[in-house]
Amino acid sequence: MSILEWMPFSVLLPLLAAPVCALLPGRFLPWLLAMASVTASAVIMAFVLPEAVNEPMRYFFGDWPPPIGIEYRVDAVNAFIGLLIAVMGTVILPWGRISVNREVPQRQGLFYALFLLSFAGLMGITLTGDAFNVFVFLEISSLSTYVLVAQGRSRAAPLSAFRYLVMGTLGATFYLIGIGLIYIMTGTLNMVDLAERLPAVADSRAVQAAFAFIIVGIGLKLALFPLHRWLPGAYANAPSAVTVFLASTATKVAIYVLLRLVFTVFGIEFVRQMPFAEVFFVLGVIGILFASIWAIEQDNAKRLLAYSSVAQVGYMALAISFVSVAGISAGLVHMFNHALMKAALFMSVCTVIYQVGSPHISAFRGLGRQMPLTMLAFVLAGLSLIGVPLTVGFISKWLLIETAMADGNWFAVVVVLVGSLLAVMYIGKVAEAAWLRPAPEGREPVREAHPGLLVPMWILVAANFYFGIDTRLTVDVARRGAEMLMGGSP
Amino acid sequence: MSPAMLIVALIVTPLLGALAVGLLGRWPNLRETATLVTAATLFGLATQLIGPVVNRYDVALEVIEILPGLAITFRLEPLGLIFALLASLLWFVTSVYAIGYMRGAKEPRHTSFYVFFAIAISGAMGVATAGNLLTLFIFYEVLTISTWPLVTHKQNDAARAGGRTYLGILLFTSIGLLLPAIIWTWMAAGTTDFTPGGILFGTLGPTEAAILLTLFVLGIGKAAVMPMHRWLPAAMVAPTPVSALLHAVAVVKAGVFTITKVVIYIFGLDFLANVPLEQWLVYLAGFTVVAASIIALKQVELKRMLAYSTISQLSYIVLAALVLAPFAEIGAAVHIVAHAFGKITLFFCAGAIYVASKKTRLDEIRGIGRRMPWTMVAFTIGAVSMIGVPPTAGFVSKWYIIAGAFQVDNYFTLVVLMLSTGLNAAYFLPIVFRAFFRDEDVPPKVEHGEAPWPMVAALTFTAALVILFFAFNGPIVDIESRILEVGQ
Repeated sequence: MSILEWMPFSVLLPLLAAPVCALLPGRFLPWLLAMASVTASAVIMAFVLPEAVNEPMRYFFGDWPPPIGIEYRVDAVNAFIGLLIAVMGTVILPWGRISVNREVPQRQGLFYALFLLSFAGLMGITLTGDAFNVFVFLEISSLSTYVLVAQGRSRAAPLSAFRYLVMGTLGATFYLIGIGLIYIMTGTLNMVDLAERLPAVADSRAVQAAFAFIIVGIGLKLALFPLHRWLPGAYANAPSAVTVFLASTATKVAIYVLLRLVFTVFGIEFVRQMPFAEVFFVLGVIGILFASIWAIEQDNAKRLLAYSSVAQVGYMALAISFVSVAGISAGLVHMFNHALMKAALFMSVCTVIYQVGSPHISAFRGLGRQMPLTMLAFVLAGLSLIGVPLTVGFISKWLLIETAMADGNWFAVVVVLVGSLLAVMYIGKVAEAAWLRPAPEGREPVREAHPGLLVPMWILVAANFYFGIDTRLTVDVARRGAEMLMGGSP
Repeated sequence: MSPAMLIVALIVTPLLGALAVGLLGRWPNLRETATLVTAATLFGLATQLIGPVVNRYDVALEVIEILPGLAITFRLEPLGLIFALLASLLWFVTSVYAIGYMRGAKEPRHTSFYVFFAIAISGAMGVATAGNLLTLFIFYEVLTISTWPLVTHKQNDAARAGGRTYLGILLFTSIGLLLPAIIWTWMAAGTTDFTPGGILFGTLGPTEAAILLTLFVLGIGKAAVMPMHRWLPAAMVAPTPVSALLHAVAVVKAGVFTITKVVIYIFGLDFLANVPLEQWLVYLAGFTVVAASIIALKQVELKRMLAYSTISQLSYIVLAALVLAPFAEIGAAVHIVAHAFGKITLFFCAGAIYVASKKTRLDEIRGIGRRMPWTMVAFTIGAVSMIGVPPTAGFVSKWYIIAGAFQVDNYFTLVVLMLSTGLNAAYFLPIVFRAFFRDEDVPPKVEHGEAPWPMVAALTFTAALVILFFAFNGPIVDIESRILEVGQ
C-alpha cells in the first residue's frame, strides 16, 4: 500500500477502534487500544507530511471521484495540523491514564471510546476536502467532547458541558446554514469545486450571508472573543486528560477550518471585499487584552489557563487578520507552538490537582519545594507562553511582530507586547505562590508526582525549547502552507 | 581548544558548575569548592581569549539558525573580552566572599543560591560574547530570569514585593521596548550582527533613528536610565553578594555594555552624529546622573544609597557612549571596569558591616572604623574612586570622558560631571568621616571586630584592584580602544 492509501486510516483507525473500545472490559485494555490507534495515526501523519508538503495528496473514498464521492485532500496545512493533533494525542494519552484512573474510575471503556471518537472527529475535520463532511466530523467530535466534559468530578461539570453543548450546537448549526447556502448557489460541497464556482456568484447576498454564518459558526467553535463564554467552564471542569487534549487540539482544528474555508473556498478576492480583516483585527485585539486581564483575576489555575487560551486565540485571529502569507504563517506557527505550551501548562496544573486536590492558586503555595519538577515545568512552559527567547513562544511573538511591523501596524505591535506582559503577570502569580510562599499550615507534605505524569510533561517542555531553537519544521511548513492557502499571492 | 570553542566553554562552564553545586548540595564544603573551582576555571578560560583579541583574530561561531537569516552567533570583540574577564574574575572573588557572608549571616537555602548565581554568570558570559542582537537578547533574558530567585531569596513580603518590581520592570523594558527595537533593526538592516561601523547607515531617517535609539536606551532596562531605574533599589533585598556582583557588576554592566555596543556596532558613531535628536538621550542620561545622586543623598539605608549611586554611575557610561566622541567611548568602556572594582568593594563592605554588626543604616555606623579598620579603609578607597579622585580607578575613566566631552565641545556633559563629583563627595565623605572620627553612640549589644576572614580578604583584594587599576590600566585601555577600529 502506498502512503496515499494509508492516509485515510489516520481517521478510520480511531473511528473503528472506538466501538471496540467501548466493549472492552477493565482499565488497561481500552487504554491500550486507544493508545495504539492514536499512535498509528501519528505515525501515518508523520509519513504523510513530507509528501503532502510538495504536492497535495488526494484520496477518493470508494473510488468515487469528487462531485459524487467524498475526497480527502491533504496539503501542507492540514498535514501539519493533522500531525500536531495526532502527536499531541500520543503524548497526552499515557499521561491521561493515571488521572483518568482517579477521575473516571468506572467504565473506562466508554471513556476511551469517546476520546477516540473525539480524536477521530478532529482528524476527519482536518483531512477532509468536503465542506459537508467537515460538519459531520465536527458533530462527531463535538458530541463526544460534550460527554467527556460532563465526566468531570466537580459538580459544575454537567452544567459546563451543557453550556458547551448549547454554544457548540449553535456554532454547528450556523456552519450548516452557511454550507447549505453555498450548496444552493453552486451545487457542490467539494472544497476545490466550491473554490472554482464561488467567484461567479460572489456578488450574491446568499453567498455573503453564507460567509457570515460560517464565520460566526466557526468563531463559536474556536472561542473567538466574544464567542468564548463556553470555554473557561468547559476547560476548568472537564477531567484533566480531556482538558489537556482539548486545550491543545480543539481550537486549533477550528482555526484550521476557518483558514481553509475563508482562503481556499471563498478565496482571497472575496475575503478582501468583506470586512473580514477588520473584524478579526478588532476581535483579536480585544480578545488578547481582555482575556489576559481576566486571566490575571482568576483564583483557579485551570480557569486562569483557560482565559489565557482565549487570549492566545486572539493572537491567532490577529495574525490571520493581516491576510498575507507572513500573517497566516505566523498564525499557523503560533497554533503549533501554543499547543505545545498550553498542553505542558495544563499538564503541570492538572498534576498539581492530582496531588493536592485543589485547582486554587492558594493550594499551590509551597509546592516549589515539594513538587519541584512539576512546578519547574510550569515555570518553563510559562516562560514559553510569555515569549522568552529560546522557547517556541518567542518564535511566535517574533513572527507576529515582524508581520505587524512590515504592515506598518504599530498598534498591533503594542498589543502583542502588552499581551506578553500581561502573561508575565498571570504566570508570575502562580509561580510566586509556588516558589515564594510557604506551604499552608496543617497541610500534609505533598510529594512529587508519579513519573508517568512527569515524563510526558517534560517531553512537552523539552519540545517547547526544541522547536524554539530548531524552527525548520514549524516555520518552513507553515510558510509553505500559508502560500498554498493564499494561492501563491503575496 | 580553538578560540571559538573557548567561547562555548565560557558559557557552558558556569552551567556545569551549577549542576555540580546542585548535586553536591548535601556537602557544604564540597559545594563551595565546586563554585570556587568553576569560577577559577572560568577566569582561566577567559584569559585564554586575550591572545586572539590582541592579535586581531576574528573569532566567530555560528550555532544554529533560529529563523531564516537569523542565527545564534558569537563573536569575540574587545569590549566583550573585558566584560567576560571582569565578570569571571569578580565571580571568583565574590564566591570567596559569599562563603563568609552566607554562613555568617545565616542565610537559608545556600544550594539554590549558588546554582542560580552560576546560571546568571553563564548569562553574563553569553551577553559578553554575543555576535548579534538576537543572541545578546537571549542571554540578557537568561540573566533577568536567573537573578529573580536570587533577589527573592529571603522569601518574605519585602522580597516578594522587590522581586515583583524587579521582574516587572526588567521584563517590561526588555519585551516591551528592546524586543521591538531588535525586530525593527532587523527589518531595516536585514541583519542584527554587531559590525564595526554600524549596520543602520542609510536605512533609517534621522527621526526614526532617534526613536529606535530611544527604544534601545530605555529598553535596555538593566542600564537603569531613568525612568527605568526602580528595579535596582528594589533588588537590594537580595543577599549582599548578589547586590555586589550582579547588581553592581554583571547585570547592570550587561546593560551599559549592550548600550555601548548598540551605539558603536549597530548605529555607528558617524551615523548617530547626523541624528540631532539623539541629544535628548544625552540630556536624559545627564539628568539621571544628577537626579540619582540627589536621591542617594537622602537615603538612610547603606545598600539603597549604593544602589542609587550605581544608577548615577551607570548613566555616566550611557552618557559617555552617547556623547559620540572617540575618547568618550573609550571612557565608557573603561568606566565599566573602573566602576565595577569600586562598587563591588563598597557592597562588600556593606555586607561585611551587616554580618559583623547587623547594621544597615547610615546613622548606625558611627565609630565603626575602629572596630573594622580593614573594611572601612577599603570602603574609603571605593568611595574615593566613585568621586573620581586619584589614585583610584574612577579617575582614569573620568579623565577619558572629560577628554571626550572636550573633543566635541559638549559642555553639558562637563557640567554634569562636575555636579555629580560634588554630589558623590557629599554623600560618601560623611560616611567615611562618621566611621572613623565619631564615637559610637551606644556600644553594640554584641562585641564584634571584623567580619569572617573570607569577606575581609575579598574586599581587601578588590580595594587593591581599585588602586592597581589606576597605576596599570594601560593594557586594558589599549584593548578597549580597539572598539573604535572600523574594518579589520
